[in-house]
Amino acid sequence: MPGIVLLLPLMDSSVTIATVILSISLILSRVLYVIYWSGRPLRNKSLEPVSTLIVLGSGGHTAEMLNVLSVLQKDLFSPRFYIAAATDNMSLQKARTYENQLADKTGAEVDKIAQFMQIYRSREVGQSYFTSVWTTLIATLHALWLMLKIRPQVILCNGPGTCIPLCVIAFIFKVLGIRWSSIFYVESIARVKRLSLSGLILYKLYMADQFFVQWPQLQRMYPRAHYVGCLM
Amino acid sequence: MVFVTVGTTSFDALVRAVDTEQVKQILYARGYTHLLIQMGRGTYNPTKSHGEDGLVVDYFSFSSSIADHLKSASLVISHAGSGSIFETLRLGKPLIVVVNEDLMDNHQIELAEELAERKHLYCARPQTLHQTIESLNLESLVPYTQGDAKPVATLIHRFLGFPED
Repeated sequence: MPGIVLLLPLMDSSVTIATVILSISLILSRVLYVIYWSGRPLRNKSLEPVSTLIVLGSGGHTAEMLNVLSVLQKDLFSPRFYIAAATDNMSLQKARTYENQLADKTGAEVDKIAQFMQIYRSREVGQSYFTSVWTTLIATLHALWLMLKIRPQVILCNGPGTCIPLCVIAFIFKVLGIRWSSIFYVESIARVKRLSLSGLILYKLYMADQFFVQWPQLQRMYPRAHYVGCLM
Repeated sequence: MVFVTVGTTSFDALVRAVDTEQVKQILYARGYTHLLIQMGRGTYNPTKSHGEDGLVVDYFSFSSSIADHLKSASLVISHAGSGSIFETLRLGKPLIVVVNEDLMDNHQIELAEELAERKHLYCARPQTLHQTIESLNLESLVPYTQGDAKPVATLIHRFLGFPED
């Protein structure tokens, strides 16, 4: 009897270890599976509209994003959720103006096809990398909340940092099977020789399904990127 | 009219540079009569002038009519933000981009230098601005052809299995 009592914790721990190893390898293989299928075109012939998350940067970023949006087939990218940093009022305003103009043309109701949201930003221009750690954490939690509400099928982003928590969560949703999404990242026209930090993260971690750059020099350095010429 | 814009940033070094007698005199000598400065979040106020003996100088922080100022300008001196750069280039206005060397992550130099290499604009630093204006040769500038977002859209549509146009 005493022998069995002594053995129990041992057995327990070996079972625990086995469980841990098993779940880690399961998660790992799921992560690899997701990375493998990310970046591969969808075999989707249904022409069902996809819910689309559009992450707006500020200033130039927003202008570039609205340029991309203007040539997409809007009826297939619907509903549209716009997210901008809480400190940036201009971008959502511009997106609203854009959606209103669109609605005027199509006669649709803006409220039914577009929503506008703000998010805490992970790093302000000029903020130190050290304090960025905390602000990133808060931004991530807020991003999680928003992503659970939106659960987009398509994410369009072009930096800056605002898009990183959203894309990481989208990736985790893919791994957990909550929602499969396609992430498109357009590196800003301002990046000629080096990728932005956001771009680098999404590229290196294979998180973007398609990665676009606007200068040929960058495509030569990052061969998985697509060179698309200047947007502006 | 010469229009100076720093967008939503604070770029006192540029405002100070255009506020120097040196720069103002060169501008006046080159035939410009008005200098309008949009100083954004900057705190340095340039000297206003009614043009008794030179340039008429005025400034403001923000305005919703930046586009109108750009349209009526005959020379634009701008910070290196891509929004301001392309808005000016699209209007076909001669442009001097002044790079803010105080920014932590100063990638914007890349864009200004690339476009300067292609002769779409001039690129300067606050301390070299007067030289750039002095040697300005507007005829040598090459008009910028507006970019196109269609290649991106085509690839996105194709990826999602949507018709391509």
